[in-house]
Amino acid sequence: MTDLTASPANAAAPRPSSLLTLDARTKRRNAAEARFRMMGAIAVAIAVLALVGLLVSILGNGLSSFRQTHVTLEVFLDPAKLDKAGDRDPAKIAKVTTFGYAPLIQAAMQTAIEKAGATTEGVNAKQAAGLISDEAAATLRRFVMAHPERIGETLSFPMLANGRVDGYFKGRVTMESAALDRNISPEQLQLADKLRAAGVIEMKFNWGLFTAPDASDTRPEAAGLGVAILGSAYMMLIVLVLALPIGVAASIYLEEFAPKNRWTDLIEVNISNLAAVPSIVFGILGLAVFINFVGLPQSAPIVGGLVLTLMTLPTIIIATRAALKAVPPSIRDAALGVGASKMQSIMHHVLPLAAPGILTGTIIGLAQALGETAPLLLIGMVAFVREYPGAPPEGFFDPASALPVQVYNWTQRGDPAFIERASGAIIVLLIFLMAMNIIAIILRRRFERRW
Amino acid sequence: MSVGLIALIVLGMAVVGYVIGRSRSLSLAASQDRRLHSLPSYYGQAVALFTAVPALLVLGAWLFVQPIVVETRVSEMIPESAIPEGGALSLVMADVRRIAGGLDALMTSAGLSEGDLARMSAETTNLRERLGGVGVALGSDVSAPVFEAAKAMRAANNAGSLAMTIAVLALALVAGGYMLSRVSPDMRARNISETFVKALLIGASTVAILTTAGIVLSLLSETINFFRMYPATEFFFSTVWNPQFRGGSELGIIPLLWGTFYVSFVALLFAVPIGLMIAIYLSEYASKTVRSLAKPAIEVLAGIPTIVYGLFALITVGPLLRDWLAQPLGLGNSSSSVLTAGLVMGIMLIPFVSSLSDDIINAVPQSLRDGSYGLGATQSETIRQVILPAALPGVVGAVLLAASRAIGETMIVVMGAGAAAKLSLNPLEAMTTVTVKIVSQLTGDTEFASPETLVAFALGLTLFTFTLGLNIVALVIVRKYREQYE
Amino acid sequence: MNMYDSPEREAKLDQKATKISARNVQVYYGETHALKDVSVDIQDKTVTAFIGPSGCGKSTFLRCINRMNDTIDSCRVEGTILLEGEDIYDRRVDPVQLRAKVGMVFQKPNPFPKSIYDNVAYGPRIHGLARNKAELDDIVERALRRGAIWNEVKDRLQSPGTGLSGGQQQRLCIARAVATEPEVLLMDEPCSALDPIATAQVEELIDELRQDYSVVIVTHSMQQAARVSQKTAFFHLGNLVEFGDTDQIFTRPQDSRTESYITGRIG
Repeated sequence: MTDLTASPANAAAPRPSSLLTLDARTKRRNAAEARFRMMGAIAVAIAVLALVGLLVSILGNGLSSFRQTHVTLEVFLDPAKLDKAGDRDPAKIAKVTTFGYAPLIQAAMQTAIEKAGATTEGVNAKQAAGLISDEAAATLRRFVMAHPERIGETLSFPMLANGRVDGYFKGRVTMESAALDRNISPEQLQLADKLRAAGVIEMKFNWGLFTAPDASDTRPEAAGLGVAILGSAYMMLIVLVLALPIGVAASIYLEEFAPKNRWTDLIEVNISNLAAVPSIVFGILGLAVFINFVGLPQSAPIVGGLVLTLMTLPTIIIATRAALKAVPPSIRDAALGVGASKMQSIMHHVLPLAAPGILTGTIIGLAQALGETAPLLLIGMVAFVREYPGAPPEGFFDPASALPVQVYNWTQRGDPAFIERASGAIIVLLIFLMAMNIIAIILRRRFERRW
Repeated sequence: MSVGLIALIVLGMAVVGYVIGRSRSLSLAASQDRRLHSLPSYYGQAVALFTAVPALLVLGAWLFVQPIVVETRVSEMIPESAIPEGGALSLVMADVRRIAGGLDALMTSAGLSEGDLARMSAETTNLRERLGGVGVALGSDVSAPVFEAAKAMRAANNAGSLAMTIAVLALALVAGGYMLSRVSPDMRARNISETFVKALLIGASTVAILTTAGIVLSLLSETINFFRMYPATEFFFSTVWNPQFRGGSELGIIPLLWGTFYVSFVALLFAVPIGLMIAIYLSEYASKTVRSLAKPAIEVLAGIPTIVYGLFALITVGPLLRDWLAQPLGLGNSSSSVLTAGLVMGIMLIPFVSSLSDDIINAVPQSLRDGSYGLGATQSETIRQVILPAALPGVVGAVLLAASRAIGETMIVVMGAGAAAKLSLNPLEAMTTVTVKIVSQLTGDTEFASPETLVAFALGLTLFTFTLGLNIVALVIVRKYREQYE
Repeated sequence: MNMYDSPEREAKLDQKATKISARNVQVYYGETHALKDVSVDIQDKTVTAFIGPSGCGKSTFLRCINRMNDTIDSCRVEGTILLEGEDIYDRRVDPVQLRAKVGMVFQKPNPFPKSIYDNVAYGPRIHGLARNKAELDDIVERALRRGAIWNEVKDRLQSPGTGLSGGQQQRLCIARAVATEPEVLLMDEPCSALDPIATAQVEELIDELRQDYSVVIVTHSMQQAARVSQKTAFFHLGNLVEFGDTDQIFTRPQDSRTESYITGRIG
């Protein structure tokens, strides 16, 4: 059966006699080994560099949006202009439009310039007032409408500076670019420098970024994420309220009750495929079914919430089933053994033990939903919305925006100041995501069980 | 009555039902001196479930169906003559809906009664201005049939809401009452409530199927509508994409598919080797410290939303490639390009590829490694000649999954690839993809029934088919691969 | 009891040169002291069996001889192991070169998911043993013949190695190890996953391999050790308890622990 004629001496293989010296071939092979290893290290380095580049790019562009240039002026609320009748009737005061407030700001600006001794050649009163955002008049008007009794007083108002002035102090606008710019002149910037030295203009933390609604193309300095954060919060609420119970219920059925048959196979295949369907297809679904067929309003958090719910369900179902699977059968057997029904053993024993895993999966699903953009574009969330949605549940049907969509919206605007805002908004979004992921990690660490 | 209020009332009734059911079971057991079949709380649960669930289901279904019924009935009232030249019924119906919605606001603001409204007609009152005053802006004057239709719609809606309120509350009372009347110590309350809960669980698990059905049906029906207006052969075989919102568009998918595949190809070319090498390096070579630093970094990359990648492409990668590559080489002036989108998408796919490959490489049994090392192979020889060939099917599956992601990715290409549909080989030129065009055709104020809008559904169906096919093939391959080593 | 060996051949083998010489070998897995102070001489052209109960350190010691333990991070080896007088744990020794000289066959047959031909050709290819295709064909055929499997697979060299039966797979793995022309062949319970008929074939093969190689075999089965080996080492709890001629170990053990083990009282 075996052939022993071939002896190993016939194999004319050059073999080093000693193990202590490396032959040429081994050296070559070791060099190839080192090269391969280096390629791996380079691949890791590329990924890490990409992450660093991404973060540096976003932080570099966006961190400055957390500070905003403000001009603090002493504004005299002139009764002669705001309330000619003098009876403080809100209906009559409301008739004065923002144009009626502009002269007050202009006058206040002049006073401030004189006080600071910052008079600058080539800047007239109107141009000096141009350092202040157009939004200031609207802010002032809102204040007067809310407090008509303050008319006649002189009040200290912090106002937003014009986006170009803000950009100048952040290094985005230079004297050279201002010379070519219709909206700002180098002289105005010189004035801004003097006012800053005098303390009239200062940089402050930009609370408006978190609270203010979106603003028009010409007022990037006033644009904020208020409506978007609220809209995203509403959608997350809807996703949580719908996706968690439905996802957990579906998982319990599939994992604990479902017989092995065609129907449950179909459901399983469906779930794994839905997890991989491109998100934009869910947007088309939302547009066709929820808006065109059911007739829900466009741009509403309810539609966004429903679409994101459908998108998040597979994630939650997959996580929940993994958590249920991790509960050892002995727990179920123990409950059944003392006479509990199957439903009781699951509801009283298995589900509580699986809860941390379910919660972790849900938070991760929510984090995905929070960052999702494409489907929301299709259901009209990209619309320009300045009004805050009302309180839930009616507010779910009001138009709103969403954090990632607001980012996209801002990148489509002309003024480069919006790029700063968009990057700032991304930082806010990433902070939310980080917080959610940290909560998920803490939950997992805290409740992780080893059976 | 608002929907939220009805739902709250039903839930309130369920709570009351629970309390009554529970106490009734206890009192019956006490008076008849018998033991209850189930714990008292199950009697309460059964009553509460019967009160709330059918009523809420009817409420949901009603909300879904009523607009459809009203819409069909009202649209029958609109004569052909009321539809403007070149317009569509759907546009008129949109006006009707808005007027009907505005009428309520008009009535409160002007203090009109139902009778006043009935006497109002399109000719006598300056409706357009008055509606504008309450925030309902209309494009044209209100014609008589439209106004009548709007009035009818409002009436039908009001009647429908009233009927819904009555039906839902009555159902809650009847079903809850029925269960309550059956409460007796012999009733198998636990079994009833458990069967009920199980039915709910089954219902929840069908949501996945309903979603898929919804996707397929909505895509298919609108795609069929599209092909009624625009020839399918043109759509699939024309090489020109040039939508005109005045009509006469050319809507060929080929340039979009080309852009999609080109961008995806660049992304995979970047992501697959790097992702694979990362998986190999981290699982076979890296020291504990390197692994503990690099792994989370790559996981972070996976958790970043695509809009962030899109912004990165728009403000950093695009300008960088334009200034350092495209312009010096004279290959283009655009900051959005196939290469921009491809590179950034590649970065996005790296963690996806590396985590899938990691699983697959770890599934190769240790005994194969030992066998190779035992023969005197170096680590890289073992990886390249034993592990990778053994893992090949799994890696192919992972690449297909990554390809399906790349094809369906939207935000990166919207912000990085450009909007011009072109058939070009130059990777530094802006091109566009299927997903970009779905977004651009479906956002903004467009007439819904035009081929320019409906083409988005045909594009969506194409995209869905492609990704579904890729996913199924990939899942089958990966599953086969796993079974091989189990 | 030993069906393959005549007494005079046995005597001749006793004069064989020492191939491997281990002195005071200690192995630690993290904090665990897995192998304690093992010193043993393994002769050329001899089958040496390592026996002992599970976890006694016999496999650990075997894996030290071709430095397979290097692939385990937490493993630490002390002492010296000389292969023909050269310390294999010397810093200058490349384990890759060492393993070409000291081949290994594993407990479970582990053919690569390649063709039968490629399985056997793998070693010669990486070590560059063949200058051309004809030479490689030659090496493969010779190895398969030595593995006593040539007749069964010569017509299907291109079919996958994973498609063979368990016993054939193990003989393929032996052929694969032989193809690199090693001087020592380490076998880690090579028959534990095989049925009795396949076991008998592999045992017969081991006895033939003794002509050219120094074979070290770890086994659970005392009958197997008695059948195939000339020298036997008994390990217990990380200690080398007794080492000597197989006949002597099985008939007149010096140590009470060895006696307990071979009579079935511990193990």
